Amino acid sequence: MSDSPVLDTTRRRDATPANGIHTNGARNGSAQNGADHDEFGIDGPVRHGVAQTGTDGLSIERVGDGKLGSALLSVPGLEAVRSAENDNELTLNMGPQHPSTHGVFRLIMQLDGETVVGVTPVMGYLHRSTEKLGEARTYVQGVTLTDRMDYLSPMTTNWAYALTVERLAGLEVPERAEYIRVIVSELSRLSSHLVAVGTFGADVGTWFTPLVYCFREREEILDLFMLCAGVRMNPSYIRPGGVARDLSEDFIDRATNFVDRMQKNIDEYESLLTKNEIFLARTKGVGLLPPELAKQYSVTGPILRASGISYDIRRAEPYGIYDRFDWEVPIRYGGDAFDRYMVRIEEMRQCVQILQQALRDIPEGEIRGRMPKILRPPKADAYARIEGPKGEIGFYLISDGSTSPYRYKVRAPSFINLTVLSQLTIGHKVADAVVILGSFDIVMGEVDR
Amino acid sequence: MMEILFNPIGALGALIYELLRSFLPDWAATGLLALIGSAVLVGVISVVVMLLVWLERKIIARMQDRYGPNRVGPFGLLQSVADAVKLLSKEDVIPARVDRPLFIISPILVLAASLMVWGVIPWSPGVVPADINVGVLFLLAMGSMPVIGVIMAGWGSNNKYAMLGGMRSAAQLISYEIPGVLAALVPVMLAGTMSLTGIVNAQANGWWFIFSPWGFIAFMLFVISGIAETNRTPFDLIEAESELAAGFHTEYSGMRFALFFLAEYANVFAVSAIGAVLFLGGWNGPLPFLPTFGPGIVWFMGKVFLMVFVFIWIRSTLPRLRYDQLMNFAWKRMLPLALLNVGLTAIWISIATGNLRV
Repeated sequence: MSDSPVLDTTRRRDATPANGIHTNGARNGSAQNGADHDEFGIDGPVRHGVAQTGTDGLSIERVGDGKLGSALLSVPGLEAVRSAENDNELTLNMGPQHPSTHGVFRLIMQLDGETVVGVTPVMGYLHRSTEKLGEARTYVQGVTLTDRMDYLSPMTTNWAYALTVERLAGLEVPERAEYIRVIVSELSRLSSHLVAVGTFGADVGTWFTPLVYCFREREEILDLFMLCAGVRMNPSYIRPGGVARDLSEDFIDRATNFVDRMQKNIDEYESLLTKNEIFLARTKGVGLLPPELAKQYSVTGPILRASGISYDIRRAEPYGIYDRFDWEVPIRYGGDAFDRYMVRIEEMRQCVQILQQALRDIPEGEIRGRMPKILRPPKADAYARIEGPKGEIGFYLISDGSTSPYRYKVRAPSFINLTVLSQLTIGHKVADAVVILGSFDIVMGEVDR
Repeated sequence: MMEILFNPIGALGALIYELLRSFLPDWAATGLLALIGSAVLVGVISVVVMLLVWLERKIIARMQDRYGPNRVGPFGLLQSVADAVKLLSKEDVIPARVDRPLFIISPILVLAASLMVWGVIPWSPGVVPADINVGVLFLLAMGSMPVIGVIMAGWGSNNKYAMLGGMRSAAQLISYEIPGVLAALVPVMLAGTMSLTGIVNAQANGWWFIFSPWGFIAFMLFVISGIAETNRTPFDLIEAESELAAGFHTEYSGMRFALFFLAEYANVFAVSAIGAVLFLGGWNGPLPFLPTFGPGIVWFMGKVFLMVFVFIWIRSTLPRLRYDQLMNFAWKRMLPLALLNVGLTAIWISIATGNLRV
């Protein structure tokens, strides 16, 4: 980690160039004393020499380890406070092990009292070089990697990949498979939004009640996945040319039953959160994302739709058979954390609508199109994108005519949405930073890949 | 005989005192009796608090569609015992660069302060560990003790999360102390005494203080500031898990953590007991003609656990307030209301006693 450049989007009200160096001194002073302190919360960004340049936007730049003030700061127990005393600010390191960074995400925050004046997101703790691994596997094997990106909604990522391969190799997908894809993807979206809403409740500070309610339904969805794909978490179910296995009658019955109950369950989550006075106070007006800014940062998904831009790939550029269903793109105009939550709630209701139609209309037939024994797409490149629960998820594959892709590139919505985070967080309280992050609904498997 | 029935603990105390007196000088017997009394009290409270932990886990689990602890003992009743054994057997970790004296003293201080409250709570007629005539004052003083321990823990831990938690606690507990005190003033004014026994006796006619409008407002204010002072949702900013990892006790583990944990529940129990005494008529039955039922302890505990249940219920339902909202609520809403309420009470008392002629 210490060798990688750190994205520094810190925006400072007063550009004090020495600040980062002071805290560095604190760390070095304590290190020289030979005391090995527990790192939790104490060591700031300082180990990695984060650039504190005082400029807006991105600066990929490192500063050396400073020695300033180490004598002053070597008093045991006081360096955290002393370093803040220099400029009235405190560097708080949140993560990578923190209850509400949704995985191994790390936020380095400059605090003035409880107000956030600078944020530096640090990513890469879950980097598994998925893209490189994809180039070392055949096109069909590549599906398994996609499960492990957005592990909360594996089906949609599967689909995005399968769609790209189909586009690259010119494969046909039978009708029944298209329906099955819609069904499992919408179930997947539902389960992803359930996690988003539940953990958002926990971020706002409920004692896990909404989370447990949401997970109760998510559990049923995972059971359904087990029924169709054999596993709950990493199904690799949607594959180039179709799906892995056929849906049983039992699945259709159980899914229909589940979907019919779902509207009532969504009402239940709403009764806990949506009209709760404290919840409203915590989320309304927090983390305002104006539509222009959202466009500038290529934000997609529910976050974009909460800012008043009606853009859903299922509508804008229908893939699969989405043009056959009757549903609406939920849109809200506030652009705050509450609207992002509401868009997810509304989307869950729309998921239910789509699911009801798909489960009703699903035809009999083949589940896999004609596939060559060994898949060797012609020399070409292809990009396909779908609307994942977190936003536009796209795959870009370059084929050199062999059995595995020459380049395997992922457009990960969580990662791109995160780039706007520090813009929204600055000026809010620490507690709001957590709420804003929660409203973004990131999944680290996809951010770091 | 009747004395045993209505005042069993007092009678038992007298018996033990006679026994000790037979072979000890008077001062030694009195001292020993006090020692035995406090040991028994601490024992009883600890057991009840452990029960409370189990109760909370069970109730919240049920509200969340889960089972809760059900493995250790019948209905999981011994879960707290198992947890305590586990925590006791854990390594005692004191991080290298903490402020050792503060780090070690603070959990003891927090727990001691929450147990001290029980020194003056009247359980049933005659069963009062210490029936002092400024009981309410003592309660309020002890109620603000834990904050010192929390700040000490937050500062002494040498951890930024802990420090933020400690600083929050200083601001929060001091802010909510004031409406809490003003709320507790109302029963004192209505009863005309600061003695807790006196306050309970003043409600013996079935007209509990909660039944009057000012008493009701005061009770609500008291419950809200009680939740704030026990650091529970929606005022649990001090340990705010989603923000500050574990807040002021981030660096604590093993038995030191357990002391903080027990202190939280002892505080909940204590605040419920204070509420029951000040506003819900203490050991008095719900209707005046009902007897104080064997030992009135049954009524008393019933009320205490009703309040505890409300506390648990709130915890499983509400999200957390933000720091500035919390302070705004205390200073801009609760404080004016509490002051107004005290004024109303004073006017009503003046009219009722004929001191104020309109």
